[in-house]
Formats: sequence, structure tokens, C-alpha cells
Amino acid sequence: MRSKVVRDDDLLTRIGLAARSTSIPGIAAGTEEILVHGVTAVCDPLGGLYLPETGMLVVSDLHLEKGAAFARRGMMLPPYDTIATLNILAAVIGRYDPKVVVSLGDNFHDRKGSQHLPADLRALIVSMARGRDWIWINGNHDPDGTTDLPGTSTDELVYGGLVFRHEPSLMSGQGKSKGEIAGHLHPSATVRRREKSVRRACFACDGDRLVMPAFGVLAGGLDLRHRALQGIFNQEALVAHLLGRDRIYSVRYGSLLG
Amino acid sequence: MDSAVDLPAPFARWFAEKGWSPRAHQLELLARARSGENTLLIAPTGAGKTLAGFLPSLTDLVRRGKIPPGSAFTGIHTLYVSPLKALTVDIERNLMKPVTEMGLAVTVENRTGDTPQSKRQRQRLSPPDILLTTPEQVALLLASKEAERFFKDLKYIVLDELHSLVTSKRGHLLSLGLGRIRRHAPQVKTIGLSATVADPMELQRWLVPQGETPAPPASLVHVTGGAAPDIAILGTEKRIPWGGHVSSYAIDDVYRQITRHGTTLVFVNTRFQAEFLFQALWAVNEENLPIALHHGSLDAGQRRKVEAAMSQNRLRAVVATSTLDMGIDWGDIDLVIHIGAPKGASRLAQRIGRANHRMDEPSKAILVPGNRFEVMECQAALDANYLGAQDTPPVGEGALDVLAQHVLGMACAEPFDPLELYDEIISASPYANLSWEMFERIVDFVATGGYALRAYERYAKIRRTEEGRWRVSNLHVAQQYRLNLGTIVEAAELSVRLVRRNDKGTLGRGGMSLGKVEEQFLEQLRPGDTFLFAGKVLRFETIRENECLVSKTFSTDPMIPSYAGAKFPLTTYLADQVRAMLADPERWSALPDQVRDWLAIQRERSMIPKRDELLIETFPRGKRFFMIAYCFEGRLAHQTLGMLLTRRLERAGARPLGFVATDYSLAVYSLNDMGAMIDGGRMSLSELFDEDMLGDDLEAWLAESYLLKRTFRNCAIISGLIERRHPGKEKTGRQVTVSTDLIYDVLRTHEPDHVLLEATRRDAATGLLDIGRLGDMLARIKGHITHRDLDRVSPLAVPIMLEIGKETVPGEANDAVLEEAAEELIAEALS
Repeated sequence: MRSKVVRDDDLLTRIGLAARSTSIPGIAAGTEEILVHGVTAVCDPLGGLYLPETGMLVVSDLHLEKGAAFARRGMMLPPYDTIATLNILAAVIGRYDPKVVVSLGDNFHDRKGSQHLPADLRALIVSMARGRDWIWINGNHDPDGTTDLPGTSTDELVYGGLVFRHEPSLMSGQGKSKGEIAGHLHPSATVRRREKSVRRACFACDGDRLVMPAFGVLAGGLDLRHRALQGIFNQEALVAHLLGRDRIYSVRYGSLLG
Repeated sequence: MDSAVDLPAPFARWFAEKGWSPRAHQLELLARARSGENTLLIAPTGAGKTLAGFLPSLTDLVRRGKIPPGSAFTGIHTLYVSPLKALTVDIERNLMKPVTEMGLAVTVENRTGDTPQSKRQRQRLSPPDILLTTPEQVALLLASKEAERFFKDLKYIVLDELHSLVTSKRGHLLSLGLGRIRRHAPQVKTIGLSATVADPMELQRWLVPQGETPAPPASLVHVTGGAAPDIAILGTEKRIPWGGHVSSYAIDDVYRQITRHGTTLVFVNTRFQAEFLFQALWAVNEENLPIALHHGSLDAGQRRKVEAAMSQNRLRAVVATSTLDMGIDWGDIDLVIHIGAPKGASRLAQRIGRANHRMDEPSKAILVPGNRFEVMECQAALDANYLGAQDTPPVGEGALDVLAQHVLGMACAEPFDPLELYDEIISASPYANLSWEMFERIVDFVATGGYALRAYERYAKIRRTEEGRWRVSNLHVAQQYRLNLGTIVEAAELSVRLVRRNDKGTLGRGGMSLGKVEEQFLEQLRPGDTFLFAGKVLRFETIRENECLVSKTFSTDPMIPSYAGAKFPLTTYLADQVRAMLADPERWSALPDQVRDWLAIQRERSMIPKRDELLIETFPRGKRFFMIAYCFEGRLAHQTLGMLLTRRLERAGARPLGFVATDYSLAVYSLNDMGAMIDGGRMSLSELFDEDMLGDDLEAWLAESYLLKRTFRNCAIISGLIERRHPGKEKTGRQVTVSTDLIYDVLRTHEPDHVLLEATRRDAATGLLDIGRLGDMLARIKGHITHRDLDRVSPLAVPIMLEIGKETVPGEANDAVLEEAAEELIAEALS
């Protein structure tokens, strides 16, 4: 077997390359700035999308309380997923200090999730929401909105030249999909070079619309080549922005497998 | 002992009619079992083990006579357990023959996962005298409310292929089941049937209750002898390759041997070798001989066809992996060809035993080494086989995930008292050392996941009653248990279906199912890639739901070289034999000229290490510096050593770039001159190879290792933390299931001492990481390291140098691959 050791100087080159894409002052290195339907968006390697023009932070598919949802069905997954996800969310919020946070649906893994949320975790969300607007978009896992949490629940949001909804609309409604930011599909991509392959969650964007990676630590991913993701994008223009350890890696759809 | 007196009349008559006489060991086993002893029969293949194992039951049943209709319920008399489904069917056939011929009033039935529900139901209401089954079915029967009724009359448990069962998690599950059976049927006696093993006493203890006052070990009936096998290493005019494993140089010679024999069984070590060899043999198959392929990933229907053709002697050769290692009797095989090195002396002996299933005639076998080190290994194994040396692995500690499964099963059967269950569990030899504290942690795990953060009390799967017993919370839990039972965890696999493109170029539906391939392998294919599977070069089309669609291609060169498959590491025993042979030039005379010359040049250019010495060579090549360690401890231990060594070399400032591991040696390559660093006193080899690397460095590495995640997945499924993926229920795609890798990461961050992580580490230490063996080696070589700084590559180093850039590890890649891909987009943007 063979294994490659990443060297410090490789790392330096990497950061050098990454720095090129961060033209907005105050924004962390390792992010990637892109355009969605003409609106500037910053893909963060922690999985959030920041829109500097409106001061909005978008995250999707938090799937909070997934462990508890499974436990209710007899599978005792670690009860630490919610705190782990919220800690990352706190880090991203700390990084951008957004005016608005949009959570793009499947905020909780099931309908009972927000109702049974332990008090300390509820308090954590309350403190994160202080001094900013918080919008919960309803998802298929949690269509009824949230219980006893700050913010507004809605099915759809149109704001700053973009439309935010949980499930991406189908390609047939061409006009509808322009400027759409959606979640639901948990896109991930596999990159293959020579004999090695790596699979990571990704932002999938063809310039007109963007599908967010799942933010929840237990949320998992669906390969971009899966049938559920076919017909959503103009594949010619599709780029996967993969979440690396310290930065975003942008790879064209057609060259994912080398 | 006078057999005529001892055997009941129908048996004596039957033997006489056949012109046979019972063998001494068959009668001895009968006598011991009758006197109430638990017994272990160790005998080579073809010694009539099966009949011996059943004689006590059959004679007892004849004495009992037929049960008159209308009698009270009678449970089974004899339980036969085998590791293979196919074997239970085979045994039923073999056993029914004498039963029918003697006209015995004995009912024999089998029960496996394939047995229809109606028949299983009937068996519970009206059990046969002799039930032939698998460890999973035993667990299932014990977890039912009727278990006591079903087992209370049990007299004998016959355990077939015991040597193979006991070292696996299935054996652990079965040992726990035996503990419970003994409570229902205290009178029961065990009869173990085994091939020769390194330590018979381990099995003798396994067969009887352990715990605070262990029963005397089972008595041993050991049949030695049998004709010595006739084994040769393939003689060839061709050049034996320096590296590689596929033995393509020997195809013509192998084919010639097949033409000269009736039926040849060609054994290989991996599925890839099987595919490759099958393809290569057909390429030279001028006489169009019927040559078939058999390995575990092929469609079950196809495998059954091959097995049927085999038993009817319609095939001239079968290329097979370890799926054909065991038991089943197939026609007349007169030659076994073993491709690649055997990796273990005992495994070789068993495989060779497949040729000529009669004990008194010699089996004929030819070994085909893949490269020069393998020539030495084959020669060492060959010497070992003649000496009757054994290197079967030890039984080992019982796995904790299996224990969790058993605890839940016992709660499903009836509410259990924890003290009683604990006593029952420690009566099973693999769990004899289980502490009460660990038992309590496992019960807690089964109930609510066993987390420090007690968030799931209200969802508990098992709860304490007022009397202090544990019972299942609801019927759903018992149902879940039944669906998840078992210890075999398949890798996430997709079935491969051969489809055709129609005129319009769209893919058709339907088409033949070829078998299953790991999802991880298929995920990295893109449409148009070709790979070798089921004896065909296939073109990857697409993944549709849970199927991988492929089409035929005219290409003969598959683009994607291989996919994961079982690979045995070299056993400790055989490794020691290879070191001994290497160290002793007088033994080189047994080796072919080419190999002898190779070693002689090594002696001149560098040196030949002594048996207990670790030779380290350093030399420059290209722009890199290499360090080769000739450890001979097997690939898994070398892999672990490589991971740890690169961390240490990094700290020492050697700037390592990567490493390669084979069964024989480890090569690390770096940017700085490691040889000069050692000679200049800037790096100490004894510190580099110190045992303390198994401390913090190991912990740090384990945190990220995909190997541990794979082990964790198995533990999570077996322990019941997550449900198995059941065929047909996975259509909705991956996002609805939960990835065990993600669970692992969350758990490791938030509760690193969790019992399931403990179970994972224990498994990994003996399994994929072989930490125990690495530790033994580091202790052995202390003070025995010899360094040679060379100006160029040595002859002994060539085989491993050829592996660099060839072998790959799925899943071990890192961000560097993403880096490379992302640069292309940047280049595109800048151009």
C-alpha cells in the first residue's frame, strides 16, 4: 500500500492559490467567491454560504436531533450530533457576523425534533440568534416549522435577487430555477486522480442556481452523479465546490473523475 | 475394542454389506461419547469425520426407537452446526444415505436462512431428531420463547469445521449460544470435528463450560497420518518475476497441467487474481476445456451452477478463492494448483486436502509462486507441510459487539436476571475473562446506547422489571433483533447487471445479474471505464438505484486494475520459516537457480540478515531516498508500521513522502538522505523502531485511519447500534441511511471512551492493524537492527520497489487529490 504525506510547502502553495479567491476584506482564507445569478456568494469550507451584499448567511439541512430521531426508532446513535452541528454553526456565524441567518430546511431531522430539543441546546440557538434575523425554511423532514425557537418559519423566501427554498425546483420551470438557492439533496462529489479518489460534500452551482451541502454532522451526502441530481443543473456549466479540510476546492463537473 | 459387539445390529450389518469396517477413531469417539465425555475429533480430510461425529447420535436414536404418535412433545435430539449453509445441505444428503439404507427411524432436517418460513414454523412445532443448521439459526432459535421446549431433550451437539468457526465472530456468537443451550439441556454433550490445529487444548476447552469452576477439557481423539501429499513447486523455463502476484508467467505451464489431469482445482488468494487467471487461462484454452470460475462476489445462482457441474465431474478446472476452502465434497479432484504463495501452512494443508478426498491416497498439488520472495515462501510452506507444522490463529477474546447482540437476543427470549446471564456468558470460553463491569456496560449499551450523556432513557430498548430482570421494551425491538442478527457484515455492495444498449443508444432493463461489487470501487468509475469481473471485461455504464449497470465490451484490457478483496497476510509461523531459510545458505539449494543467484548477489552487494535480525537498507534513487526494512511480519503489520514510522521520520526531519508495504518488507521514501542521517548520528534506528511508537503515535494515527472506520462499521452493525441495509429497502438513496463514518467522528470527538470504540480498537488490534504482531516484532528486534547504507538499490529491495506506484489503498487519499483537481480549474481560468 502507498500513502502520501502532505508536506508543509505543499500546504503553502495551497494557501497561496486559495488566497487568490478571497478578494473581500475580512473574509477568511480558504473560501471561494462565486456568482449565483449575478449575486456574489462566498462558499465557506465549513459548509455555509455567505452573501456579502445582503449580509446573509445560508446553511442547509442541519438535521438537528437526528441522533434522537433514530433513538426513538431503537437505534441509539450518539446524542452529540446536535451540539456538534451547532458548534460549527456558531463558528461560521462568528466568522461573518451576518445580519440574517437562513436555515434552508430539514432544520430538524423529524417533526418531534424541535419540540424535544434539550434546554441547553435551545439556549445555544437563542444566543446565536441574538441581534440578527433568523429564518427557518420548512423542509420535508420538518414541514410544520419549529417550536419555541427564535426566528420566522416559512416555505420560501425571496430576497436580494435570489429565491431560497428547501427542494430545488425542476429544470422544466426554467425561469423558476434562476437565482435559486436550495438544499435537500446533500450534494457530494467524488474526485478521482490516477488511482486515488476522495469524496466530499460540496456546493453545486451552475451559475444560475446553487444547491447547498448538508450542514449537519450526521447528514451524509449524495453523489452529484446520482439520478436525483440529474436534470437540476446545466451540466456544462456545473462546478462542484468541495469542502476540504481548510479550504474550498472547485472542480468542474466534467472533470471530477479526471 | 471389538466393533461387532459395540455397534448396534443395523450398523454392523450395514458396514458388513458395504464391505467396510468402522475405523478405529470412529469407534473410539463413540465409546467416549457414550461414557458421557465431551469430545474433540481432529482428523485430516477424508478420514470419515462426519460419520464419526454422528455415530453416537445415530446409535442412541436407534436404541430409543421411533416415538409413538400422540406422545408428549419431544425436542431435538442432536444439533449439528456448520459454518456453511451449503455444508448443511451436503451433510443432509450424506447422512440420509446410511439412514435410509439401514432403515433407521430417524428424522434429519436442515434449517438455514434459505429454509421457507412454513418449514421453520413446522420445525418449531414438531422438531426433527437431527437438526442441521448454522450459528445464526441457533441464535435465532434461542431468542424465541419456545427455546427451552425445543432444546430440553438435546443429547448431542456436533460442531463441524470447528477450527474455522472458533476464530471468527460467528464462533463467538455460537459459544454464547452453547452457554444458553446448556441451561436448557444440562445433559448435553459436545462433539467437535476439526482439521489439525496448532493448539488442540484451546478447542478442548471451547467445547466445555468455563467460568469459575471450569469443566474438564473435552477428551481428544487425534487421527494423524494419512498419506503424505505430493507437493511440488511449478518448474518453469520462464523467468520468475521480481514482483507482483498474478503469476502470468506461468499461465502456459498451468494450462499444460490442467490438460494432463482429470479435474484441477486452481486456488488463488484474491478475487482479482481469480478474475485475472480465469481470463488468462481462457486466452490460451486451445482445446476449449470446460474451465469455470468461483468466488464469493459472484451471483449465488452462478456459483451453484459451477458447484453442480463440479460434483458431476463435468469440469476440467475451477479457478477459486477461499470460498471453496471448506468441507463440501465435489467429484474427483486429482490436482490442486495453488497460485501465489499460500500465506499459511495450515491453510495450504487444507486446500491441498481438497484433492483426492481419500485419506490413504496422496493428494497431488503444485505451488505457483508469483515472485521470488514467494518462491522462498512456497518452499518454506512445503517443508512445513511435510513436518506437519501448524499455524492456525488462536481463538482469542470474544468480541464485545457480538456480546451486545447476544444480550439483546436473550432479553427477547425471556426477561433475564443479570447475574444468571453473566454466569452463563463467562461459561463460554472466549468470554471466560469478561469482567462484571464490562458486562454491565454492555447491558447499558443495549438499553440506551451506553452514553455518558443519558439522553435516551425514555427510548430504552430493554428495561428493568421490578424483580430486577431485563426485558425488551416492545415487540418492535425483538423484530429488529431478528432482522439484524448475525456477525457477517457485507461491505456496502451493489449488484452488477449486464445490460444492452438498444438502437437508440439507451440502456435496456433486465439482463443477467453477475454478482456484487463494493460500492466504493464502483463510485470511482465513470461511464466507459472497463474492469474485470465475473470472468468478463465489462464497460461501466451507470449506477441506477442499487444496481450497477454494465455492458459487454470488445476490449481485452481492463482499464481499472483491481478492487478490494480478501487478502491473507503471511502467518507468523511461515514468516519465521522464510527468515530461517533466508539466513541459512545451505537451504538455498532447494530453490531454483534464478532465486539462488538473486540471494547470492544480495549477500555480495549488501548482506543477508540472520533469523532474528532486522536488516535496514538505505539508498538513493532518482531524486528520492529510500529506507527498506525487512521485517517479514505480513502486510497488515507492515502497513501499520509504515504509518507510524512516517510520523516519526517527519519529526526527525527526514521529510518522508510515502511508503509501500508487502508481506516481506516495508519501503519508506523521503526527500532527505535517511542513510546519511543515521550514519551521521542525527537519527537513531533503535529510537525510530522503539516500542513506544505503539503509544501516542498510534493513537494519533488511529484518529484518522479509514481502517478503524471500517472496523467501527462492522461493530456498529453487529452490536445493533444501527440496522443492516436490507436488500430492496435501500432504493431511496444514501441520504436516508446514516453513515457510520459520521457516527464514528461524532462519537470519537465527544465520548472517546465509549464501549463501542473500545470494541473497535480491540478488533482492529488483532484484525486490520495487526498491532499485536507489530508489538511482538518490535520487542524481538530490539538490539538486533543492522543498517547498511548503499549507493544503489539492492537485489532484495527490487520486489518492493516495483510495488511503488502500483498498489493502491481505497479511501486513504487526502486533500492532495482535491488540490490537484482544483488546480486544473485554476489553470483553465488563467489560460
